[in-house]
Amino acid sequence: MLLNEWLDQETQQAGGYPYGFMDDGAKKDIRRCLLKAVAIPGYQVPYGSREMPIARGWGTGGIQITLSLITPDDILKVIDQGCDGSVNAVNIKKFIQEVAGVEITNDTPAATVIQTRHRIPEEPMSAAQILVLQVPYPEALREVEASEAETRRMHAEADYSRMWLHLYEDIVNYGEITISYRYPVTVNGRYIMDPSPIPRWDVPKLHMADTLFLFGAGREKRIYAIPPYTRVEPLEFEDHTFRVEDFSGKSCARCGAADTFLDEVIDNAGGGRSYFCSDSGYCDKRAAQWNH
Amino acid sequence: MGYVAVKGGIEAIENACRLFAWERSKGTSEPLTTNQIRDQLYLAVDRVMGEGSLYAPDLAALALKQAAGDSSEASFMLRAYRATQPRLAYSLPATTEEMRIVRRISSAFKDIPGGQMLGATSDYTLRLLDFELLNDDAARREAFRKKIFSSLPSDVEIPETFPKVIDILRREGLLADSLPVGAAAEPFDITRQSLAFPAPRSAVLQSLARGETGGLLTLAYSSMRGYGNIHPTLGELRVGYVPLRVAHPVTGKPYTVGEVKVTEAEVLARFEGTDGMPRFSLGYGLCFGQNELKAISMAVLDRTTRTDRPTCPAEDQEYVLYHTDGIEAMGFCNHWKLPHYVDFLSDLDRLRKAQEIARMEDCHVAE
Repeated sequence: MLLNEWLDQETQQAGGYPYGFMDDGAKKDIRRCLLKAVAIPGYQVPYGSREMPIARGWGTGGIQITLSLITPDDILKVIDQGCDGSVNAVNIKKFIQEVAGVEITNDTPAATVIQTRHRIPEEPMSAAQILVLQVPYPEALREVEASEAETRRMHAEADYSRMWLHLYEDIVNYGEITISYRYPVTVNGRYIMDPSPIPRWDVPKLHMADTLFLFGAGREKRIYAIPPYTRVEPLEFEDHTFRVEDFSGKSCARCGAADTFLDEVIDNAGGGRSYFCSDSGYCDKRAAQWNH
Repeated sequence: MGYVAVKGGIEAIENACRLFAWERSKGTSEPLTTNQIRDQLYLAVDRVMGEGSLYAPDLAALALKQAAGDSSEASFMLRAYRATQPRLAYSLPATTEEMRIVRRISSAFKDIPGGQMLGATSDYTLRLLDFELLNDDAARREAFRKKIFSSLPSDVEIPETFPKVIDILRREGLLADSLPVGAAAEPFDITRQSLAFPAPRSAVLQSLARGETGGLLTLAYSSMRGYGNIHPTLGELRVGYVPLRVAHPVTGKPYTVGEVKVTEAEVLARFEGTDGMPRFSLGYGLCFGQNELKAISMAVLDRTTRTDRPTCPAEDQEYVLYHTDGIEAMGFCNHWKLPHYVDFLSDLDRLRKAQEIARMEDCHVAE
C-alpha cells in the first residue's frame, strides 16, 4: 500500500475515533520507541503510555503496540492464555477491528500480527510475522528490588548479582529453582529481561527465532523487544539447568497432541483430571484433521 | 466434558455487556439526563474530571451515567477518551491570584486580607439525612429559591481577586522561597513521557493532580497520623474559576480560551533551611473542580515526598506516585479476574516438583 493511500484511510474515522484509536502523534511516538527497543534487545524503553478504553492490566501495552503498527491490510490473531475465544482476546479483537478494520484469524500461520497474553503459539512463526506480547511486570528484577530507580541502575551497570543470589537461595530452600512462569532470561548476553508471564515451555521459542517479538507494558509504561536471531538464554546454573513444564505421559484429550502445553481441567467433583491443548487454534486445526 | 475454554466465549461476553446496560435501565424511574448529573451531582462530576484528567463536565456526566455511578469506571472512560485527542498546545502558566473565588479559607490566621469566604460547603452541616429531599420537586425548589433570594443583602461588594495568604508570610521571610521552575521552558508531560526518579516537580504535581482521591487521602492521612512527620497547617484553601490562556500560534499574544474550576490548597510545614534559618515550607495541591479532600491530600504529599531520606511510604516519591493513580490501580486489580490457567498450571508444576523433592528428603531423614 502506498503511503498516500494509507494516510487517506487514516482520515476515515472509525465511529468518531481516529484510525487506530490513538491520535497520530501518539502512534508515531510509540513506533519510535519500538525502533529503539529493537536496536537495544532486552532493554526497557520508557514511553508515554496512553490510556486505552480497555483497563490497565488487560493488555493495554500490547494493544498500543498493535494499534501503532497495524494497517488495514493486516490479518490479526489475538490469544489470551493460548485461547482465541477467551474473554479478553474477544474483547481486544472487537476493539481493534472497530478502530482499524482488520481481518481476524485464529490460524497462526495466516496472521501477520499476533497479540498474545501469556503464551507463544505452538506452530512456529515466520520472519514475516510479528508477535506482540502483553506484559504486566516488565521488570525481571522486581522480585529482588522494589525501587524502579534502583533496578534501572542495576540494569545500566549489569549488576545482576542479587538475581543470581535469589536463584541460588531458591535451590537451597527447595532443591530447585521454583520460578514457574515469567522465567527471567538474558537477552543478547546483556540485559536480564522478563519474557512476560509465558510458561517456561515457551521460553526456548524466543531463542534465535525467525520472528520479531515486541513486548508492551502499558501500566508500567515500558516497551522492549527481541529482534529475530537474538540469543535468549534462561538463567540457570550448570548443575541446576532450566527445565520446561513436565507433561510426560499426558496428551490432549481432544486432538491427541503429546507435544503441546496442556491445560489441566478438573472433570468432576471427584477431582478427575483431563488435559487439553492450551493453544486452541492449533488444537482446532488438529481436531479437524482427525475428523476427516 | 465440553472444551469450555473455546466455546461460547463471544456470546457470553456480549450478553454480559447487554445485561449491564439492562440493569441500568430496567427500573420504572425516569431516565437520568446528563444535565441532571452535571448540575445536581456536580461534586461527582468534579471528581471524575480530576481523576480522568480532562476538564469536560458534560462528558464526565455522561461517563457517570454510563458507568451507573461508579466513579472509578467513569474516570477511566474519560481518561480513555482523552487518549484520542491530539496535544495542540500547552496553556500559559495561570496564576490563582486571578481566581474568581467561590470559597476561600485559611486555618492559619483568624482574619485574612479579603476575609474568610466560606462559600458552598457541607463542612459545617450536621450529617443528618434530610428526609424532605425525598419529595424534591419543582414547587419545593421554587419556594427554596424565593426564601434564599428574599433575605440576601444587596449592597455587599465582592472584590474581583483576593491576595494570597502565603504571600504575606513570604514577604516576612517566614516561608521558604518558591522552588525554581527549572531550565525547561515546557513542563515535563506525564502523558507523553513515563516517570523517571527522582521525578521533576512538574511531574510530581501532574501525577498527584490526577491521582485517585481515596489513594491520596490514605497516604496523606498515614503521614498526618503518625507514619511521617508532617504536621500541616492549611495556609489557604481556595475554590474558584481560573482563566486559561494560550499563546496565539502566530502572534504569540495570550488569548483567554475559557476558565476552569479548580481547588487549590497550600499547606505549611516547618523545616530547617539550607542556610540554617528555620522557615516554613510549602506543600501545594491543585485539582480540577471542587475536591478539597484531594487538594489538601495532594498538598501534604507534595511536601512529604520532598524529604531527602524517606522514612515511611508517604515520604517515598516512587511509592506515592506509582500507587495513587486510580485508573491504573483499578485496572490491574480487576485483571486478576482474567483467566490465569497457564500461569497456574506452571505454578502447579513447580509445586508438585518441590513436594516431590521434599518427600524424598523426608525419606532420607527417616532412614
